[in-house]
Amino acid sequence: MLIDTSATGLITVEEGTRILPPNLIITTIDKLVNWGRLSSIWPTTFGLACCAIEMMAVGASHYDFDRFGIIFRGSPRQSDCIIVAGTVTKKMAPVIRRVYDQVPEPRYVVAMGSCACTGGIFKTYSTVQGCDTFLPVDVYVPGCPPRPETLLEGMMKLQEKIRKERARWSPWR
Amino acid sequence: MEQQVERIFETRELNVNMGPQHPATHGVLRLVLDIDGETIVKVTPYVGYLHRGIEKLGESLTYFQALPLTDRMDYIASMSNNIGYCVAVEKLFDIEPPERAKFIRTIVGEMSRISNHLLWLATHALDIGAMTVFLYCFREREWILELFEKICGARLTVTYPRIGGVKNDVSQEFLDSLYKFTEEFPSRILEYETLIDQNRIWLKRTIGIGVISAEEAINWGLTGPTLRGSGVAYDIRKHMPYDAYDKVDFEVPVGIEGDTYDRYRCRMLEFRQSNNIIRQCIEKLPPGPVMADAPKFTLHPKDAMFPVTHPTKEHAFYIDEKVCKGCGMCLRACPAKAIFGEKKKPHKIKQELCLSCANCYVTCKFKSLKIVPGGKGLSDEKLAELAKAPLSEEIKKATEHLVEHFNFVKKGARAPEGELYVATEVPKGELGFYFVSDGSGKPYRMRLRSPSFIHAGALPRLCVGHLVADVIANIGTIDLVLGECDR
Amino acid sequence: MAVRLIKMVPIHKGLEPTEIAEKIKETFPDDVVEITNFRDQVSVIVKKDRILKICRYLHDEPALCFDHLQDLCGVDYHGKKEPRFEVVYNLYSIRYRHKIRVRAQVTADDPSIKTVTSIWAGADWHERECFDMFGIVFKEHPDLRRILLPEDWEGHPLRKDYPLKGPELEKDWPGFVEVLNRSKELEEFVWKG
Repeated sequence: MLIDTSATGLITVEEGTRILPPNLIITTIDKLVNWGRLSSIWPTTFGLACCAIEMMAVGASHYDFDRFGIIFRGSPRQSDCIIVAGTVTKKMAPVIRRVYDQVPEPRYVVAMGSCACTGGIFKTYSTVQGCDTFLPVDVYVPGCPPRPETLLEGMMKLQEKIRKERARWSPWR
Repeated sequence: MEQQVERIFETRELNVNMGPQHPATHGVLRLVLDIDGETIVKVTPYVGYLHRGIEKLGESLTYFQALPLTDRMDYIASMSNNIGYCVAVEKLFDIEPPERAKFIRTIVGEMSRISNHLLWLATHALDIGAMTVFLYCFREREWILELFEKICGARLTVTYPRIGGVKNDVSQEFLDSLYKFTEEFPSRILEYETLIDQNRIWLKRTIGIGVISAEEAINWGLTGPTLRGSGVAYDIRKHMPYDAYDKVDFEVPVGIEGDTYDRYRCRMLEFRQSNNIIRQCIEKLPPGPVMADAPKFTLHPKDAMFPVTHPTKEHAFYIDEKVCKGCGMCLRACPAKAIFGEKKKPHKIKQELCLSCANCYVTCKFKSLKIVPGGKGLSDEKLAELAKAPLSEEIKKATEHLVEHFNFVKKGARAPEGELYVATEVPKGELGFYFVSDGSGKPYRMRLRSPSFIHAGALPRLCVGHLVADVIANIGTIDLVLGECDR
Repeated sequence: MAVRLIKMVPIHKGLEPTEIAEKIKETFPDDVVEITNFRDQVSVIVKKDRILKICRYLHDEPALCFDHLQDLCGVDYHGKKEPRFEVVYNLYSIRYRHKIRVRAQVTADDPSIKTVTSIWAGADWHERECFDMFGIVFKEHPDLRRILLPEDWEGHPLRKDYPLKGPELEKDWPGFVEVLNRSKELEEFVWKG
């Protein structure tokens, strides 16, 4: 957004944010903190099946994840989001729950792929029909597997969700 | 003195869990290591965290519907899985795909071999520590996935090879861009090799790790490059050729020592051989159809049915009251619920709700449905008059096609009774399909013999005596993918 | 350290599948029940009692030399024919390039058969999966446990009388039911607006 810095007086950039050119910004703490949080979402690597390969492709250089500030962390204790990519089976469900419990709050869950959203094409004895049966999901990214651009849009929707939060960083929710 | 020291320092084995979620990107594999210091005494792999029940699911679907399931097994090289399934089912049905389809399947099979080995190299090197190779390999992989998208629209889980051939023909533009890829690819392979081939760290971490002799390797059931690294010349493309592999000229790399470095060199040479095969196939590609001419076993193109289902003039459907027995089959088949009537009394169609989808026509066993071309919107008496006139040839042919298509999709192509085992060479090893057919359109037993399952079973044998960090190198060298291992 | 490129032309001449089946019938005349031929693939149906001797003969005999166990799986013919189960061994010889299939019949009242891990070490995990999916016990197996499903799962899924969608929620695997119950405390985080 280009601002005419030769003008004087307060300019309203968006609702709640005003600028006194050239370098004074007046805004709420909510917006500032949320901007910091959404610009560096760090997910845990939780690739289960085919969607993990597309997730890796997003992390590679063609569709770069790093330009959004998203870096994959190996340990759940150092991340703030968990992307469930792939089919969730009943044997794996307790493990996912344990990893989710280890992620410090505020935490988000992105269900990537048809299998994580609703069970996909596998309606069998050993597949859980969607990870939202036991986890609170924030963003659903459909596709089998979703294209890398779809996952990028999913993360951008998560960013929009974080942008709208209020007073989240004191009592969580 | 030494005895005193030993009693003070009592050592025990440590039990460490490498859980299902770990950053080495091979999926959900759990290993429990019993280690003495840093040396491994015993490894117990636990698989099954991705068991989706594909074999049981395949028993309730027709042969055609079970094809997308095989995509999701080895999701890195999904074309090869599809090719293996199609070769097996074609042998069961006893149909032969045309020459052009065979060459196209060989091309995409080798492309998926290159793409699989690229991902193998990327993750193997990433685990051992060479992170640049990961980004370089993904650059080439994106190129290949773009080419896949040019043919069939999907990047990863394509369902392009079909029973009887391939789904659609390839364009000249695709062949030109593929040829350009094969010209540039050898220089890229050289790039990867200059990074790691003579690197001291790489050599130290791969030479002498996971050594297995030829007899033991065959005994443990290893196949593919994992077996060829130990010196055994077993390649199904040469032993039991399928598709166009007996018409192209290629060599098979075979190792000597049987350690991780030899398996790595085998796969690097396979890159070059696959490149060569693709070039030969493009040059030798014959013209012709891409789907076998076997109407009972392959899906017809839909335009033959258009005169009935997508009419230019509006059709109406009319139930002849004298023939209708009132069985209610058309009532249940109608998606718009436009048919009404009581049991054993002749049914009637409400013309305002009718969609002209021809479902009722196909379901009626007593031939009481009549198609009236140009009859949309007319009253029932007018339709009864027009229905007495004989149908045109075009409509008759179209309805035959429609009935055949409906039966094919609903009940599936009927295979003869018997059993069959067919193996193909996927990038990871030998993928085998064992079908038991009972004469109906669905397989009675569909068994998928996947190479990753057997290789994961051989992991305890490979890891014993090495250090903990070598477990990662071993998992990388046997090229494990859990979707195939657990099915 | 070098890796060689080889052309791979066949060196040794292999036997026809029908000849191999005849050889097995000559050596073990009482055990062979039937020999079937479908699309040039011959399978020999045998009784399960001396399966270990038959497999050892196929592995060690110099003219046959079946060193590669391609596949070992089970089939359930519930309601179609007796005996109910069959354990199928697909064998291949890398040296002679010939193959054969051996099917051992296993009854439902005594679903057990001897293990072949002493001949082919790779049969280990194949047999564990067969036990997991069908319930066929392999005697003298080094470590017979469930492999693909959790260890305390009840039922054998690939049997024909097991439903595809699995058991009802109450009779499901207790580990999963526990996860579902624990997830009720996360209800407050689900978006309700």
